[in-house]
Amino acid sequence: MADTTLNALPIAVSDELESPARRALRRLFKRKGAMAGLVVIATFMLLAVFAPLISPYEPIATSWSLVRKPPSALHWFGTDELGRDILARVIYGARASLLAGAISVGIALSIGVPLGLLSGYRGGFIDALISRITDAMLACPFLILAIALAAFLGPSLGNAMIAIGISATPIFVRLTRGQVMSVKVEDYVEAARAMGNPRWRIALFHILPNIMPALLVQATLSIAAAIIAEAALSFLGLGQQPPAPSWGSMLNAAQRFLTNAPWMAVWPGLAIFLVVLSFNLVGDGLRDALDPRER
Amino acid sequence: MLNFLARRIVQLIPTLFFVSILIFSLQQLLPGDPALVMAGEERDPDVIAQIREQYRLDQPVPVQYVYWVKGVLSGDFGESLRNKVPVRELIAQKLPVTMQLASMAIVIAFLIGIPAGIISAVKKGTAWDYGANFFALWGISTPNFWLGIMLIFLFSIQLGWLPASGYVPLTENWRASIASTIMPAFVLGNAIAAILMRHTRSAMLQVLESDYVRTARAKGLLERSVILKHAMRNALTPVITLGALELGTLLSGAVLTEQIFSIPGFGKLIVDAVFNRDYAVVQGVVLTTATIYITLNLIADIAYVLVNPRLRA
Repeated sequence: MADTTLNALPIAVSDELESPARRALRRLFKRKGAMAGLVVIATFMLLAVFAPLISPYEPIATSWSLVRKPPSALHWFGTDELGRDILARVIYGARASLLAGAISVGIALSIGVPLGLLSGYRGGFIDALISRITDAMLACPFLILAIALAAFLGPSLGNAMIAIGISATPIFVRLTRGQVMSVKVEDYVEAARAMGNPRWRIALFHILPNIMPALLVQATLSIAAAIIAEAALSFLGLGQQPPAPSWGSMLNAAQRFLTNAPWMAVWPGLAIFLVVLSFNLVGDGLRDALDPRER
Repeated sequence: MLNFLARRIVQLIPTLFFVSILIFSLQQLLPGDPALVMAGEERDPDVIAQIREQYRLDQPVPVQYVYWVKGVLSGDFGESLRNKVPVRELIAQKLPVTMQLASMAIVIAFLIGIPAGIISAVKKGTAWDYGANFFALWGISTPNFWLGIMLIFLFSIQLGWLPASGYVPLTENWRASIASTIMPAFVLGNAIAAILMRHTRSAMLQVLESDYVRTARAKGLLERSVILKHAMRNALTPVITLGALELGTLLSGAVLTEQIFSIPGFGKLIVDAVFNRDYAVVQGVVLTTATIYITLNLIADIAYVLVNPRLRA
């Protein structure tokens, strides 16, 4: 009897000592969908970074003798209306999409999280003001707000990222605020306050780390939404400007040649779908892995 | 209940105020002088001065805002720069088209999303469940403009069953009208079906574990009647209010879908206005969408409280 207790002890201790981040990672790695998503994202990131080394052709090199050629051994994905290699454009297009996803969510996080912390932790008039502005922004449908902002800022990839980032901000304000409200009544926050920590220190070092899991999940899912939004803006001509490749603007061109060159529409759309699906899979996986109720 | 209603409506006022500020300030973001843009190529100084006066561009910004809000409150959104038609008329003309599309999309979303959610909850862990979950992920991850293009390729170009673009009003010929809107409605409904499926699934799973469902089973009721009569009714109420909210999302999705299928609705109106730098139209459309969205939110909130007696305190 005594033996079993002794044997069981080290295991129990090691389980206790596992850090939450480690446990979440271990649980994430067990999810096949999330892992597949991570692999696809990593592949597209490698494609984007090493595009000049991997791409078989220049993405903007036109050729009149190669206009709208179907997929072949020389051009795996076919060529477009200006004789450009579609594979090369899909590879280079990953840059615009992934960059837009990361930067616009970065903008949304860097504005939304501080405002949410302030709003949730301070309460009172500031909270009411920030909450009403957030409500007002959430009342304008995401894409319509992004289109209007991008149109008023002028068409370019940079402005599209700003427009998407601003449009995605209110979600993070609201999420952060809600999380802060539920965390700030916890004992450890009370304890930190009792020890005489200044407010900013409690907000940054005691509250923020504890709301990170929720923010991480939302950020991953928001990257997926931002990538679709960038493609949508580029499709409308409000994002990446020609001749620079973007999956959205490739689809726009493809629509005009759907009868003669359907392959032009298949590849960029498939690329958007795969990347967005992967971010959604990772986001879902993270949510399950970080959920303390699920052990 | 009255208290809740009053509080909810009072909350709307500051929200609408900030929406109006947000929309008005969009114009201030504009690089350059709007009067120069409106004056066209010639830039006749007299014309520019006249435009400045007419649109009160010579006044301070807060004064411009007050005039704009006054107009909006009396139903005057200004005039389209492009075709000199009142913005209100343009909106009244295009909104019904998008509403038809949105209603069809919601019906499609409910018809697919709810059965899929119920099946995947009842058959949790089986191939059905995985299939439904995969469908939901597919629906959320497919960009609707790509799906639209692919559907046109399949049903219009390859099979020749449906028109690739254009719109026929319901009053003119209902068959042709349905044929011209079924693809865009499916594109719009598909993403919402996925969201509804996920919510239905989790609501059903929760209800199926509850005591009263166990009691119903213990009474010896048929499994079908347990699911359809006892579990479903309770699980679906929140999902249906959620569906009302998704109508707002539809307006967003309609922008690109209408563009692809050349449907002269609300979405196409805003895109055309954006490209023609027709700011009064952009502001009017964004304000109308925001108002619709806020109203839907309110209705959904009220409905939620109405069907959920525990919240009625």
